[in-house]
Amino acid sequence: MNLIAPCLPSYLDQSDEVRARFERIRSREVILEVRKLGKRYRSPQGEVEALRGIDFSVRRREFVCVIGPSGCGKSTLIRILAGLDRHTSGEALLDGKPITGPGQDRGMVFQGYSLFPWLTVKKNVMFGPRMKGEGYDQAERDAKLWLELVGLEKFADAYPHQLSGGMRQRVAIARALVNQPRILLMDEPFGALDAQTRAKMQSHLIDIWKNIDVTVLFITHDLDEAIYLADRILVLKAHPGEVQEVIEVPVPRPRMPGQFNSPEFRATKARLETLIHPAPEPLPEDEQAVKPHMIRFTDVHDNVE
Amino acid sequence: MISRLFGRAADIDARKRTLLGIGSFLLPLLAWCLISYTPFIWHPKVLVTDPGGVDYFQVDMLVDKAMFKEEVANMQQAHLALPQGRPSNPIYLPAPDEVAKAFYNGFVNPPRNTDVPSMPASLWHSIQIIFWGFLISSVIGVPLGILSGTYATLGRLNEPFIEFFRYLPAPAFGALAVAILGIYNGPKIAIIVIGTLFQQVLIIANTTRKLETTLIEAARTLGSKNLKLLTKVVVPGILPDLYRDQRILLGWAWTYLIVAELIGTSSGITWFITQQARYQHFDNVYAAIMTIGLIGFGSDLVLARLGRRLFPWDRTQDRQ
Repeated sequence: MNLIAPCLPSYLDQSDEVRARFERIRSREVILEVRKLGKRYRSPQGEVEALRGIDFSVRRREFVCVIGPSGCGKSTLIRILAGLDRHTSGEALLDGKPITGPGQDRGMVFQGYSLFPWLTVKKNVMFGPRMKGEGYDQAERDAKLWLELVGLEKFADAYPHQLSGGMRQRVAIARALVNQPRILLMDEPFGALDAQTRAKMQSHLIDIWKNIDVTVLFITHDLDEAIYLADRILVLKAHPGEVQEVIEVPVPRPRMPGQFNSPEFRATKARLETLIHPAPEPLPEDEQAVKPHMIRFTDVHDNVE
Repeated sequence: MISRLFGRAADIDARKRTLLGIGSFLLPLLAWCLISYTPFIWHPKVLVTDPGGVDYFQVDMLVDKAMFKEEVANMQQAHLALPQGRPSNPIYLPAPDEVAKAFYNGFVNPPRNTDVPSMPASLWHSIQIIFWGFLISSVIGVPLGILSGTYATLGRLNEPFIEFFRYLPAPAFGALAVAILGIYNGPKIAIIVIGTLFQQVLIIANTTRKLETTLIEAARTLGSKNLKLLTKVVVPGILPDLYRDQRILLGWAWTYLIVAELIGTSSGITWFITQQARYQHFDNVYAAIMTIGLIGFGSDLVLARLGRRLFPWDRTQDRQ
């Protein structure tokens, strides 16, 4: 890694094209604004500060990824934005209005399979419009349209358990988008998928994002995924969860899988790695206690390595 | 060979499952036949066919084997006619064919004695008691259970008391129920309700709590709240499990039936059984007990089938 590093450009270097693109993004209106957001809660181990002083904003049709080590509160952050958890200090504004609870102006895609198992694919997608008070026919038309967008119109009458993991997440995306939210919140949506399906879903998500007026806030722990998808990456650090750096990804768009080896990509990844996996720090006590004592259970001469 | 016999439940194919299922019924029946039809297995009594010289012996009288031998010896000494008899089981263990005959007669032939209720009429009465008891219990217990499982405050408010109350044996309320509700069907239904309701609230509350939180959260982000969250997400989400719970609880309701029917004026199948036992018609007693089993087992089978139809999305059923 250190041998390659000197040859890499800095992740801060942007080509003119990329710089112009960021200029364009900055000229758009702010959709989501988070100011000094903090979250404390009581746990059996005492008071925990999950988030402290989180500050960032997301502009219209921007794709922002949130990344950080486990325990950095990235899930807590997105849950607060979705209105599922409450923050204890600061504020989160959507279009200038404070977020107080869940609402249809924000769509959410969960990591686990959150489709309603008792509803067919079509009815899952119709759920939101029906809750809004739309008639059955109108909701059905909407659902069909969005199912077509994720390429699952043929599976409209299947039950979620009949679909593969990737297909289920497509339905979940369609179900969130049918409400035409201002922002799509995604909490490690592809975390449970295998590598191949995951790559397909990433390209598919970019396609969707390009074609409809939606802003995306995407949580992941996969560095490649973050760089591949994002305009900007919000890097959090743990204990307490704080913003460490906001990185403007210098990889030009349109993105394609071939870019994983481009210098910009590798430079950004190297930077993320130093941020997220810093120099080895002492292990927490409970892990130190677990020191396996290797005993030879096989023939002395029967070596595998 | 051993591993082939004791394979995992999932490895047994459908045909084998059916065969094994039938076998599980045939094995006890076979044991019963062996005991009943093989004179040298057990048969502790002798059925007198000819009293001979014994003055207190009568035709069709059951006497102990030892006593019969003693009388045979006595008659030999007295040079009187020897009594005749064949080995027999006690009166409380009729042979399968006798029970089968009683079963057939119970349903097909009208009762010989008008003051004794017929088996179908008794059963019908019992089924009605169960139906009303379970219905009343469910009307209260299912909504209360779902609400307790959904809203933690409500759950904490009633569950500790219900936990306490469910340990009070339902039959203990018999006298009280008679005092309040009279001697006819009222107290019987009340006992079934008391026996079922409290378990029902706790079981259903627990089932409700086991619903994936993600589903509720997803529904909330899609804009559903309060009553709609309850009717469109919580209830359909737990429905297959709720249905399974209800099937198990219905089984419990049956177990309270016999006690319930002894309260106040005896009635239903319990009255039939106790009357027949009093007349020593044990074949009828067995037939009636088995009918209860058949109705319970049969209705559960039907409900299980129905459940598979009603909840095609429910994956846990595939493993049953």
